[in-house]
Amino acid sequence: MIVALILLPTFAAAAVLAIRSAAARRTLLVLVALGHAGLTAATFVRPAGPQLGGWLLLDPLGAVFLAILSLLFLTAALYGIGYLAREARRPTGLADEGFLATNQPEAVFTACLLMFLATMTLVTVSHNFGLLWVAVEATTLASAPLIYFHRQKRSLEATWKYLLVCSVGIAVALLGNFFLAIAVTEPDGRSIPLVLNDLLAAADQLDPTWLKATFLLFLVGYGTKMGLAPLHTWLPDAHSEAPSMVSALLSGALLNCAFLAILRILQVCSAAGLAGFAQPLLILFGLLSMSVAAVFIIRQDDFKRMLAYSSVEHMGLLALGVGLGGAATFGAMLHALNHSLTKGMLFLVAGNLLAAYRTKSVAGTGGAIRVLPVSGALWIAGILAICGSPPFGPFVSELAIIKAAFDQNATWVAVAVLSLLAVIFIGMAAAMLRMAYGAPPERLAAETRPREQACTFLPPLALAVLVLVLGVYVPPVVEDALRLAALALGGRQ
Amino acid sequence: MDFWVNCLVVLIAMTNLRLLGSSRVVSCVHTVAFQGVLLGVLAIVGASGGLAAHGIVLAAVNIVLKGLVFPWLLMRALRETHLRREVEPAIGFGASMLLGVLLIGICLWIGSRLPLPVGVQASPLLVPAALFTLMVGLFMIVAGRKALTQVVGYLSIENGITAFGLGFALKEALLVELGILLDAFMAVFVMGIIIFHISREFDHIDAGELSALKD
Repeated sequence: MIVALILLPTFAAAAVLAIRSAAARRTLLVLVALGHAGLTAATFVRPAGPQLGGWLLLDPLGAVFLAILSLLFLTAALYGIGYLAREARRPTGLADEGFLATNQPEAVFTACLLMFLATMTLVTVSHNFGLLWVAVEATTLASAPLIYFHRQKRSLEATWKYLLVCSVGIAVALLGNFFLAIAVTEPDGRSIPLVLNDLLAAADQLDPTWLKATFLLFLVGYGTKMGLAPLHTWLPDAHSEAPSMVSALLSGALLNCAFLAILRILQVCSAAGLAGFAQPLLILFGLLSMSVAAVFIIRQDDFKRMLAYSSVEHMGLLALGVGLGGAATFGAMLHALNHSLTKGMLFLVAGNLLAAYRTKSVAGTGGAIRVLPVSGALWIAGILAICGSPPFGPFVSELAIIKAAFDQNATWVAVAVLSLLAVIFIGMAAAMLRMAYGAPPERLAAETRPREQACTFLPPLALAVLVLVLGVYVPPVVEDALRLAALALGGRQ
Repeated sequence: MDFWVNCLVVLIAMTNLRLLGSSRVVSCVHTVAFQGVLLGVLAIVGASGGLAAHGIVLAAVNIVLKGLVFPWLLMRALRETHLRREVEPAIGFGASMLLGVLLIGICLWIGSRLPLPVGVQASPLLVPAALFTLMVGLFMIVAGRKALTQVVGYLSIENGITAFGLGFALKEALLVELGILLDAFMAVFVMGIIIFHISREFDHIDAGELSALKD
């Protein structure tokens, strides 16, 4: 079953390159997304066995991230039908570029999208640290062409930055892999295989000094990809220049994959009794990321960059939650789910706004609620949700993390998080109000507007409903899955 | 055998100084390719206790990929972009060389501070040399103004890390090692394509000009 999850999108990617009809390609994309979601759901009913001698294994932790990925990809694929059709008719050349940009051939784009799904799936099921590295680097390579969908200078610059910064970052993680290989070498020259379960079983035999160095390199290396400050420099550029459906996947699925890689080494460190070394580092990086995000969200005039910095903030919050441990670990798992759904929805809505207004500037996007009634309303709900307002899902998970911080007497952490969240709320709410209720630009206010098409707002609407439901009631299936994942990380409850 | 391993490690370290000092993009590409070939040889010499199939395959793939395929890809990118062949670094050659010598000192010091576990046997020069290669790569990415020299810097980082793994004869599974090389190949391939687009859009590959996106 695991192998099928990876091979399905891989073969589809090859097939897409050969298909000439655009409609057939888009149908195949949605079919693969549906198939992937179906297979993922099936793994929850009947757990899949290990493959390749334990290298590929779907454990509770990986299952949570796989489910998030699969759900988000399905939504993005459904959104993609309308998006790609619209782009084919009229490419979103930005006004500030001065000319209409051409787009990448759609077949290449769709193939890369499917490879992106395959490589991210591989990340969630890799239990060998070497294979995990190969998979994470492969996600970078599969997604770089996606960012360069609109062929213009700005997206080219973003792609180059993404490719270079992430490749160098991940090279650091490769050094971490070799350090880990040294840490597992026993005095008689034999070594433990770099497979997660073997390492967890033999954790007390690992060399602590080299394991600590390994954790540091993994944190810096995969942290670059996850967007932890101060290594986040590629993130705002890539998220703002990529087409919106890709931004949704980058933010909601790719960052999680990098986070998962850090969680894997955290599992080993915890088993080796080094949690006391690793967790404060995660808290430090978490707080730093939230602070940097807060600084850049205030007075941000590019709404996609604003969402990107919000991702930096939430990745920081995830690192912080896991760093606190205990009940906060469950909170972090729930928050990973909530953040992915909310941010995915926001980026899809941002795509609708961008298509109507042709600008990413907050100031130029006034009156969204009148120009695009459904998308405008979704935008308001999404921003409120991502800032942690009740009754949406992120409120519950942020509350769980902050409450755990108070319970553990980490009062100063809780206070710092609360004040940073308040600052970010003010920054994002101010932008949201201007966009929703400001005066629309004359061109859009005057012309008789066509009604919004269902295919553009139904996918984000579905995500919004999920986020709302998660804020009121977490279904037992979801709760059990998240609890098992938190348990694998050593969190209580 | 230790003698030859030491010689190779020193040679690898010396290619770094050449990277720092060369003024032409072409010779940078050649030097980093030579480094890759040296790594392949290191895989053969460093394999203690006879040559297993594992070591031979790894060495062969290393030499073919890093010694032949990468330079071919990069030279093609260089030809197609018609750019000027000078490196034009942000920091002068003299200062770069001086910094290189300083880096060697720092790397030797770090190497002396990292005690290897008892079971690991390797040349004492290996850790400093690998670190030095890595740092020179980082320096080339930061100081290099051309997209192509940044790719050479990335390859140098990759080489430094590979030297670390090969020199310790660390037993990663062959599949993983090949996966790592495949990723490196794809990275250079994708970077080559992007460089081509950069040269077409901007009429140059001066990465210093890529500065529209900032806060």
